Amino acid sequence: MSRSHRSVIPGFGLSLGLTLTYLSLIVLLPLSAAFIKTLGMSWDEFWTAVASPRVVASYRISFLASFAAASVNCVFGLIVAWVLVRYPFPGRRVVDALVDLPFALPTAVAGIALTALYAPNGWIGALVAPYGLKIAFTELGIFIALTFIGLPFVVRTLQPIIEELEPEFEEASASLGANRWQTLRRVILPQLVPALLTGFAMAFARALGEYGSVVFISGNMPMRTEITPLLIITKLEQYDYKGATAIAVVMLVTSFTLLLVINLLQKWSRRHYAV
Amino acid sequence: MSSAVSSLQRAAEAGHRPLATRDAAWVRYTLTAIALGFLALFLLLPLVAVFGEAFRRGVGAYFAALSDPDGMHALKLTLLTAAIAVPANLVFGIAAAWCIAKFNFPGKSLLITLIDLPFAVSPVISGLIFVLLFGAQGWLGHYLDAENPALPWLQAWIIEQDFKIIFAVPGIVLATVFVTFPFIARELIPLMQTQGNDEEYAAITLGASGWQTFWRVTLPNIKWGLFYGVILCNARAMGEFGAVSVVSGHIRGVTNTLPLHVEILYNEYQFVGAFAAASILALLALVTLVLKTLVEWAHARRHA
Repeated sequence: MSRSHRSVIPGFGLSLGLTLTYLSLIVLLPLSAAFIKTLGMSWDEFWTAVASPRVVASYRISFLASFAAASVNCVFGLIVAWVLVRYPFPGRRVVDALVDLPFALPTAVAGIALTALYAPNGWIGALVAPYGLKIAFTELGIFIALTFIGLPFVVRTLQPIIEELEPEFEEASASLGANRWQTLRRVILPQLVPALLTGFAMAFARALGEYGSVVFISGNMPMRTEITPLLIITKLEQYDYKGATAIAVVMLVTSFTLLLVINLLQKWSRRHYAV
Repeated sequence: MSSAVSSLQRAAEAGHRPLATRDAAWVRYTLTAIALGFLALFLLLPLVAVFGEAFRRGVGAYFAALSDPDGMHALKLTLLTAAIAVPANLVFGIAAAWCIAKFNFPGKSLLITLIDLPFAVSPVISGLIFVLLFGAQGWLGHYLDAENPALPWLQAWIIEQDFKIIFAVPGIVLATVFVTFPFIARELIPLMQTQGNDEEYAAITLGASGWQTFWRVTLPNIKWGLFYGVILCNARAMGEFGAVSVVSGHIRGVTNTLPLHVEILYNEYQFVGAFAAASILALLALVTLVLKTLVEWAHARRHA
């Protein structure tokens, strides 16, 4: 039975063996180190490490800033993707390529560039300073950095879906007397929901773990603008390996849950668009 | 027929969609303005700021900052790291795509998910896990301190060689390999899955060996996807900051990569130096985007 299913293509054992060995050594073994390290902690020890006020404040700011940034990216990412697919304009291909800049630009470079722009004496910071508005070294700065990081996720998830939209639906809607706004709300947007949610979840997940672009612009004040990844580094620098690892495990569990959600969303999305 | 189709396509591309599905001119202009304004503010302006700040004190100061020996060393270490991480993940990516695309086995979708894991892990945690394994407080540290270790000769050798992983180059390479792990595999897997196995069957039926089939049939088919993955992997390998920052220990002229060098200079208020080093990385990002776009065009033309 199994014999007849065997492929005539060789190399199964070699390629699978290599893949599993490399995956175990580089990814699974090191990741399990974090979980095993926390097993050595008592429950009280673990709880104090992950639920002290300073740590909870960092979850709050990381979560809220990531949520706000991903939401804003959904709105503007949708507009950008729509314009790039539907409205031709000169230089569109250059703009399209530029959308991937946050993927390509090292995060530390993005971090210092954004700080130079939004610091009180920076290009944009100086413009808003007279109105008493401070962007860098506040929650707003974190939000800006996370928006920068997350934009391509939303645009690149939506673009292929908008390209594949069947014009027949819009034509049918128009011929049945709907105006363009009604068509957009009742026909186009519902088709984009799965992709939009996927893009949101990806941007959100990336923002939660982001470090390089945020540390420079956030000011890193405990309880106010200290994000969770930075807190892990602070604990490491104080040789509090257990504390750092406990917080890391909380973040890992959160990320893996989000990964699962993204996978489910993508499955739903595929089924949705296959029809 | 084909010319009729393409002229229709051209008409659609030029904005002459049928009236019913066409947005009013003011809508188009407003939305385009919003999109371009947003991109200019969030993407273009930071890029301009890097070069603007780098050249603030003039071209002379810029090149003086670039020729700093610590910066040169950081650049070399960055290149070395990428030169190890990219080929390692390239071999893995091909092996993973080969077994996933060409064969059916139980647990395949789990394997695909596991390959994606490093993308879900915060860069800081990617560094932390290697500190836990190889740091003085970690497993390796305990092993070196052990009274009766397994393999005593290995313990003696490591102590004698003063072989270090954390706060040394091997840790930087390991963390980078972890962070860039999925890039090439995840480009190749879907590509090889859609291409199917027919050409390989044909080659093997005609008497080619496995390696001949790979080099002469599979590789030419996947070369663009492979190149695409290598570009993205390389960009991340050279630019990784968080993970490398945790394992490096920031020893100047020894374990500083270019992104870490940017951070150190910036924190010392040497802004021209920081942005000069950053401009090298920004140029690299631009080259990455150009190459990536060219590959996409080449691919689109092939499938047109």
